[in-house]
Amino acid sequence: MKLWVKHFFGSGELFVWGCGAGLSLSLLMIGGLLALILLNGFGYFWPADLLELTLKDGKHVIGQLAGEEVSPKGIPRIRMKVGNRDLYGLDYRWINTDQIIERVKPSDLVMVERREWGNFYGRLGTLHKEDHIVAEGSDAVWRSLPPLLRHAESSETESVYTLRLIDANGKEKSVSLSQVMRVLRPNDLSTLEKLRVYVGNVWTVLTTEPREANTEGGIFPAIFGTVMMVIIMSFVVAPFGVISALYLREYARQGVIVRTVRIAVNNLAGVPSIVFGVFGLGFFVYGVGGTIDALWFSERLPTPTFGTGGILWASLTLALLTVPVVIVATEEGLAAVPREYREGSIGLGATKWETIWQVVLPTALPGILTGLMLAMARAAGEVAPLMLTGVVKLAPAMPIDGTWPFLHLDRKFMHLGFHIYDVGFQSPNVEAAKPMVYVTTLVLILVVVTLNLTGIVLRNRIRRKYAGSTV
Amino acid sequence: MLDQQSELRSGLSHYPPTSSLLEMERMDSRDSKVSDQRSPQGKPKLRVQGFNFFYGLVQSLFKIDLEIPEHQVTAFIGPSGCGKSTLLRCMNRLNDLIEGARHEGNILLDDVDIFNSKVDITDLRKRVGMVFQKSNPFPKSIHENVAYGPRLQGLKNRAVLEDIVEGSLRGAGLWEEVKDRLHKSALGLSGGQQQRLCIARALAVKPDVLLMDEPCSALDPIATGIIEELLFSLKKELTVVIVTHNMQQAARVSDSTAFMYLGQLVEFGLTKQLFTNPSNKQTEDYITGRFG
Repeated sequence: MKLWVKHFFGSGELFVWGCGAGLSLSLLMIGGLLALILLNGFGYFWPADLLELTLKDGKHVIGQLAGEEVSPKGIPRIRMKVGNRDLYGLDYRWINTDQIIERVKPSDLVMVERREWGNFYGRLGTLHKEDHIVAEGSDAVWRSLPPLLRHAESSETESVYTLRLIDANGKEKSVSLSQVMRVLRPNDLSTLEKLRVYVGNVWTVLTTEPREANTEGGIFPAIFGTVMMVIIMSFVVAPFGVISALYLREYARQGVIVRTVRIAVNNLAGVPSIVFGVFGLGFFVYGVGGTIDALWFSERLPTPTFGTGGILWASLTLALLTVPVVIVATEEGLAAVPREYREGSIGLGATKWETIWQVVLPTALPGILTGLMLAMARAAGEVAPLMLTGVVKLAPAMPIDGTWPFLHLDRKFMHLGFHIYDVGFQSPNVEAAKPMVYVTTLVLILVVVTLNLTGIVLRNRIRRKYAGSTV
Repeated sequence: MLDQQSELRSGLSHYPPTSSLLEMERMDSRDSKVSDQRSPQGKPKLRVQGFNFFYGLVQSLFKIDLEIPEHQVTAFIGPSGCGKSTLLRCMNRLNDLIEGARHEGNILLDDVDIFNSKVDITDLRKRVGMVFQKSNPFPKSIHENVAYGPRLQGLKNRAVLEDIVEGSLRGAGLWEEVKDRLHKSALGLSGGQQQRLCIARALAVKPDVLLMDEPCSALDPIATGIIEELLFSLKKELTVVIVTHNMQQAARVSDSTAFMYLGQLVEFGLTKQLFTNPSNKQTEDYITGRFG
């Protein structure tokens, strides 16, 4: 027995198990987080069935089931998304299970997606054109709606149409047809049709602009802003990082000064990002931007052009934030280039620069790209410095559009990370916005994954081009 | 070690030849007297004169004097760390890259001191090519590897480049093996092929002198044989200096051999003579395998 114990500790088995346990725990945490985001993010798009509840007091409730739990007092209860914010004030409602007499899913229940006040859950009443009734009764109205809604975007005629909706307890609500985005009967949909709605929902979120204080609609401007900012940043950070690393590794005399600079660069990566934000605001926005305004846009002052936060300043600030990552990775990549390559090139009569340009840099390129990918991932997820240098809750115009000069680097922009913060924690209707937070998080992760995958594909292509495939 | 060094300084006395391990023809008696240490035969291409070399404070070459004859293969032999690679790398000034390296004395290439400030160092390296111990093709295609040197000289014409690539690959005996895969990665070649590619790459800049630093030490006997055969054809065009640990190889391929020990040139002479009738006790001990 004693021998066994001695063997167990002596062989290092304990540490192998410890390492395995540590890794498992990390993977479990990452996996759990991803699963939570994926489940909630993708679940948001699914058109859930509408429930109609009959309560003990004779009232009815229509809505989507949003959760079940046991209350702190020990009473089981359910949470319903009842919508109709204009009527009830709140989107969600807790109902104790013992109050419910009956749960049914009538097929004529509708979900009306409106431009304002969120969803309406209830039944269709009548359809009016100006003063006279066009259709009456749930089914008749349902049938007459599609052709009218199809042209909702193109013509303005449907503003003369008014839809009268009835809630669970018979309360009526009139809504102009121009306010209606979509009418669905979720209980009436087959799984295939639900799938179509699902895909449509995903498309809508990815391609349209936000509505209702960002809690509804799409997040396209935020996706676009994030990607564009990361791309601008990459264009700045890649050359600067590579040039700095080249000088540090290849040209500078290795000594105390270079070592100090290297330590300083490494520590730069540890500076809180908000500090970079403050620096960006002071240096880029007020300093550089203010000077540009004074020199070239003085006729517009005191309204600032470049002297205020914008996508360019945000990108430059993030470039500053991520340049240490690129420098460190590039230095590692350069150090890993075998000395034989350099000597071979120099032995053929190449100058130092020719050697670096033709042999060393191409060989180090995969390492450089890895660094750039890390920098991009970091930049895509960074929020704090952006809040000071150009991100906004709702950007009136995109940084690229059809008006000259097409690329507007001075414009403010939207960002997925900031969108999460804004929708999740600054919105007046936090509960209703929660699914949007998950969706935005999911999209942000997907954007980072896509950017990284692009980098990996590029890197592998370069590796394959040079590496020894014996084909 | 100190003993050996002091012995080395006083050890100029002549020792009678012992039976060589190498199965070589015996020299005819006419040549059996001690040859002049400095110039075995032929017109000298490279002349090393009173050459000292230091890595920082450590001196690694002591007063080297030798003349390398043109259109011949000259071998440097000696135990590890004896300075033969250092001397070789001085001949195209590759040691300039090493921080703290310093030298005294001259190396003349066709009577011009290569350390003269008027000499263009890249031009020198074009004239004095180098093949390294570890084959080091660049991570590029075979064609790009060979065309690398000519491109550096500003050659852009595709047809001319292709001619040079083919000629160099033929010169290195590699053409038949790679002509169908010129645009594939050079790293996909076998070790021996890679080394011959490096030779082809060096030949592409049309050097006068080819320095080879243990070019076969990582190769199997067949690949080694191919490269050795190559040396015979190469010396018609240029002068070859080869560093080797393999004494049989030195005996097989070289016309003259220099034996170095602890940074000193102990003996330099015709290969046949040096291997069959060494004039120095240390040389004899080394080539008969008594030390080193």
